[in-house]
Amino acid sequence: MAIVELVNNTRLPMQVTPADWPGGYWWHWLFFTVILIAFVLVMVMGAIYIERRGLGRMQSRLGPNRAGPFGLLQPVADAVKVLLKENIVPNSADKVVHWLAPIIAFVPAMMIFAVVPFQNGALLADLNIGILYVIAISSVSTIGVFMAGWGSSNKYSLLGAMRNVAAVVSYEIPLVLAVIGVVLMAGSLSLNQIVLKQDIPFILLQPLGFLLFFAAGCAEINRSPFDLFEADQEIVAGFHTEYSGMKFAMFYLVEYGEAIAMSAIITTLFLSGWRGPLLPPWLWFILKTLIVFFFMVWTRTTFPRARIDQLMALAWKFLLPLALINLFITAIQVLAWPDALPWILIIINITIMVILILLWSKFFKLGWGRIEV
Amino acid sequence: MKFERYGIGLIKGMVVTIKHLLRHPTVNQFPEQRLNISRRFRGNELIWSRERCTGCASCAKTCPQGAIEIITATNLADNKYEVQKYQVDTGYCIQCGLCVEICPYDALFMGYSYERAKYRRNELVQLDDELLESPQRPASGYFHPEIAEKLPRQTLLVEKIVEKRK
Amino acid sequence: MTTTGEITFKTEPFVLNFGPVHPSTHGVYRMRATLDGEVVLDIEPVFGYLHRGIEKLAEERTYTGFIPLTDRLDYISPMSNNLGYCLAVEKLAGIKVPERAEYIRVIIAELQRLANHCIAVGSFLSDCGAMFTPFMYMFREREKILDLFDMVCGQRLTYNYMRIGGVSQDIPDEFLPALQKFMGTMPGMIEEWENLLKQNEILLARTKGVGILSREMAINCGISGPVARASSIKWDLRKADPYSIYDRFEFEIPTGEVGDCYDRYRVRVEEMKQSLRIIKQAMERIPSGPIRAEVPHLIRPPAGEAYAHIEAPKGELGFYIVSDNSIAPYRCHVRPTSLINLTALREMVRGWKVADLIAIFGSIDITMGEVDR
Repeated sequence: MAIVELVNNTRLPMQVTPADWPGGYWWHWLFFTVILIAFVLVMVMGAIYIERRGLGRMQSRLGPNRAGPFGLLQPVADAVKVLLKENIVPNSADKVVHWLAPIIAFVPAMMIFAVVPFQNGALLADLNIGILYVIAISSVSTIGVFMAGWGSSNKYSLLGAMRNVAAVVSYEIPLVLAVIGVVLMAGSLSLNQIVLKQDIPFILLQPLGFLLFFAAGCAEINRSPFDLFEADQEIVAGFHTEYSGMKFAMFYLVEYGEAIAMSAIITTLFLSGWRGPLLPPWLWFILKTLIVFFFMVWTRTTFPRARIDQLMALAWKFLLPLALINLFITAIQVLAWPDALPWILIIINITIMVILILLWSKFFKLGWGRIEV
Repeated sequence: MKFERYGIGLIKGMVVTIKHLLRHPTVNQFPEQRLNISRRFRGNELIWSRERCTGCASCAKTCPQGAIEIITATNLADNKYEVQKYQVDTGYCIQCGLCVEICPYDALFMGYSYERAKYRRNELVQLDDELLESPQRPASGYFHPEIAEKLPRQTLLVEKIVEKRK
Repeated sequence: MTTTGEITFKTEPFVLNFGPVHPSTHGVYRMRATLDGEVVLDIEPVFGYLHRGIEKLAEERTYTGFIPLTDRLDYISPMSNNLGYCLAVEKLAGIKVPERAEYIRVIIAELQRLANHCIAVGSFLSDCGAMFTPFMYMFREREKILDLFDMVCGQRLTYNYMRIGGVSQDIPDEFLPALQKFMGTMPGMIEEWENLLKQNEILLARTKGVGILSREMAINCGISGPVARASSIKWDLRKADPYSIYDRFEFEIPTGEVGDCYDRYRVRVEEMKQSLRIIKQAMERIPSGPIRAEVPHLIRPPAGEAYAHIEAPKGELGFYIVSDNSIAPYRCHVRPTSLINLTALREMVRGWKVADLIAIFGSIDITMGEVDR
């Protein structure tokens, strides 16, 4: 095809289709697109199931167990219910904005999966700028959320949307800095290369980076303990108060889709992706993603919610300096001792992480919070 | 606000939650497993005994809601004083049990069954023979210790072992 | 106007209605909050949505027939309402309650305090965002207490158990062994709850220093109960003006120092521990004997008035009864604990954020049945 020849002939360092793929470019594209859409939807359903059952068991009750054996068809029942609901749009809402918002919020969540490797070389597009693409795309869903908040003509929604924008913008920076540590260690931005370089999972070599990425990631995707954008107790449902029917289902999908996407990215960056001894690689990938997601469910069950100014203070005063220091130390290690034994580096990094967290916890002040009126 | 204890509070909380994951949950799957309710349960309905009732209407006078209606008449042919109509509006009743407590002849009992929903509101008003004891409407032991002894023992949550491993 | 550093930009406050139907106002309570961004400038409470005219109904019911209605005042702890009312009528008519009935009353009242604090602390923590986990754990304990109450009087919520001159029925034989088992498990459970959330940094950041009620303000507003004790006022009616037989038991009164949300939470948990002490002492000393004084069913107290107050779990609950020697009270007035505690909300909340508004409101622990009567 003309596009592929153009790309290959101009020697752009971009190999979109692996050379040995049967059928060429378009079959590869079709196969992976279908697989990705199916994967995202099935994994979201699995995530919803794990969350409700896990949350229930940790609260000493069962989760849903009536729809299908062990409640496995509960997400399907939810989807059917939501499809049958009436689509109510407020009278004074901005119709176009209200309609577009779920779409703009949902599409980036799915697009992240285009660069996540399921197996060696098995991705939709092996971009050289893998992780940069992920970070760029994941910021776009904030626009969708803000459109939802504004277009609903509801003060609760506006409050939720404002909080979301403020927090997402703040947490981008520690997220990116934590990722750069991994990129330095792996020497490439492409996600496939990062996985191939992880003979030892990067969670051991970059423990501080993992914690920072996890915290910043949770804040980006509205997971507890940072789920104040849709805090049920305060601002009824935040930015998706006025949504019902399929649009609400899209926001629901956004939340879980982004959670799975973030788990997949964490698996790829820190837990060595699809590598593992006995099982097929894609099964390892799915297992690791679900384990990371379970960790997110666990933190959701346990922790109360942060307040918005505490959230911002956490980003700017705690995570950002730690991310900078982490980057600095990683850069020193990569430049000065590129051939050092990994075990020494692991021990040094874990020690540094513990010292830094203790030091910063001692000096971190959240501020008073009260304003004189 | 400083991070007291440097993150240990967070970890302790997570340990508690994960321990609960491994315990047996404290649930009862309703239609398949039922618990025994209290022996002195004050159920939705009243049970009346036609033989013992004399028509003194203490229950009607005591009811805070005025849900009981009694009409009595003299029956000179049999030389008796009989109750012609005994009607209870169980929709109005608040199940306080004051009527059962006051009856001097032990003619009233609270109901023991709890799955007695009706489809129409006028079916809630129960008259005369609908109020007699029957297998669908057993009597509870509220203020009647002789009935309470025969009812099954109440299942208590403290006695169901909840901390054993699944 | 909002000033940040040296920049002043013009902002406009807006009014947000936390309507009667809201996920976390405890009952039907409406607040019209004037917000400047996220900062609360002022709130205007609107209540009366649950007014049922209980005080007027008292004039048409007999003294004994009114007891089921007092159950519906503070429906979270109905035994305390029953007790307060019966004490008022007994004071008016000069009735002496037998010993066994007094001990049973004390055990039941302290169990009711435990059950109430389970809900109070559970809902406060879930208002702070802990996703209902502590709520579920505390409801498990409340279920055990409600089973005990069910065994005694046949109902789980509207007990109608206390009578003028004693209690209505004797405790069955299996009550004391079941209570013993409950007392065995409860301290372990309280410790588990403390492990879960007492030192949680997020909770501390969210509640320490938030919503401070100063000592002078508390005394001026007439606050009572755990809210006052958290503001370092050492006042408990069970020690200051002992009713029933509380002067025979030893227990302490926990107080807080600062008067913020965290202190109110801690005071309630410590009160639960002290209630366990009282129940233990009462269980050891309970005598046998009659459970009800010889009073006629249609009691006619002599003409006069009486006021009796008890330390209900939420504060000082008082009943003021005026009688004119007929079978119904001439006037019955309830001193509503929750309403008087609620009047301090406006002062406590100025200057804090929306999330704090909900947390502070949850920490006062009100029940709308008592506010509106």
